[in-house]
Amino acid sequence: MTGKHRSGEPDVLQVRDLACRRGPALLFSKLDFEVAGGELLCVRGPNGCGKTTLLRCVTGLTRPDEGIVSWHGESSRVDPERMRAAMAYAGHLPGLKDDLSAEENLEFSLRLRGAPTTAEQRRDALAAVGLDKRRRLPARRLSAGQRRRIGLARLALDPADLWVLDEPLTALDDAGQALFVELLDRHLARAGLALVATHHRLAPTSGVVRELRLA
Amino acid sequence: MIANAQAGTPVAGSFAGGFSWAMARDLRLAWRHPDEAVLTVAFFALVASLFPLGIGAEPQLLTRIGPGVIWVGALLAAFLALPGLFAADYADGSLEQMTLSPHPALGWAAGKIAAHWIVSGLPLTLLSPLIGLQYGLAPDTLAVQALSLAIGTPVLSLLGGACAALALGARGGGMLLALLALPLFVPVLIFGAGASEAQATGLSATPHLSLLGAALIAALVGLPAAIGMAVRIAVD
Repeated sequence: MTGKHRSGEPDVLQVRDLACRRGPALLFSKLDFEVAGGELLCVRGPNGCGKTTLLRCVTGLTRPDEGIVSWHGESSRVDPERMRAAMAYAGHLPGLKDDLSAEENLEFSLRLRGAPTTAEQRRDALAAVGLDKRRRLPARRLSAGQRRRIGLARLALDPADLWVLDEPLTALDDAGQALFVELLDRHLARAGLALVATHHRLAPTSGVVRELRLA
Repeated sequence: MIANAQAGTPVAGSFAGGFSWAMARDLRLAWRHPDEAVLTVAFFALVASLFPLGIGAEPQLLTRIGPGVIWVGALLAAFLALPGLFAADYADGSLEQMTLSPHPALGWAAGKIAAHWIVSGLPLTLLSPLIGLQYGLAPDTLAVQALSLAIGTPVLSLLGGACAALALGARGGGMLLALLALPLFVPVLIFGAGASEAQATGLSATPHLSLLGAALIAALVGLPAAIGMAVRIAVD
């Protein structure tokens, strides 16, 4: 595995004093954590404790009530484009178009990420997640797990340094979960960062795994 | 074994990147389901054909009301495709991915509007001379009519797009959208229909067309950014 080509700067996502309320309920407050290159931070906690909201606050989709998210030492509020360019987000909604085929969905979602791919790369990525024969089918004809696998192929082709994933293992079978862990391994091995909300136990062989528990 | 993408590949966003992405994707989706575009055009032709049946085929009367009826028909037809413009992307999570992409919101918002116009406004403009013939409009009036639609329908797409983005996530979004957008369409309708009417009565259509052009420029400058902001609020 080759290292990263960057200027010696450590890859650090830093979250300081984050607080968010949804209506009258305070989900979390005074939350501090950081993620360095090669680290996986698993966000855990019971349903409704704010895992999804925390992830959305980090990405910038939801504006936190208080606190700062910084990327490479710079607040993401000041320079959101820089962080967005380095981040791949997969939430509860798949972001797939039912009328487009698996291959077209992959093509368009990576073009949107500013990382155009060749047809060969897309074919290989879809073959690797087991959608070789179904890559020309419209996404509406695929099962929930197969649609999740398109998401795995997307992660495999996305050059993002930071992965923010909300329950990435939902609807995946054992082989699919193993595929995800394999992808995560490679991402961490090349000094990528991952922030993952999950109820599953993730045990990648490379990288540092830490946990963040929300009450 | 899955091959990961090359680490550290620079990811850069640009206006052109977002614009071409949104336009290419929406046009491909429209192509896959041409019923929506066909419906828009068929609705326009039907509405415009109902008037002569309803009020009688007296040539003078038809020439008099023709420009107005055609504009109202085009306006309603252009409205038809609006509710789905952002709602589908909102429901399947594409809007989240779009707001998080490195491309500026200005780019993909403008691209979506451009695709919407190509699918709705452009066919209406091209069809309008044919409908105008039904009303016995003179050739020069037909030309001015098509020109006013060519300038006016992009304004409708931009205004309607901004309203559709604002109405995102609201219950009864379609109805709200009609209440929001149709009043805003009124000035465009007045100057659009006024242009061909002026031409038909022997006056110059230039003032009306210039005002429409000014509205188009103002809408082009201001509205894509407003749409981007409204979408950002909607996905929060």
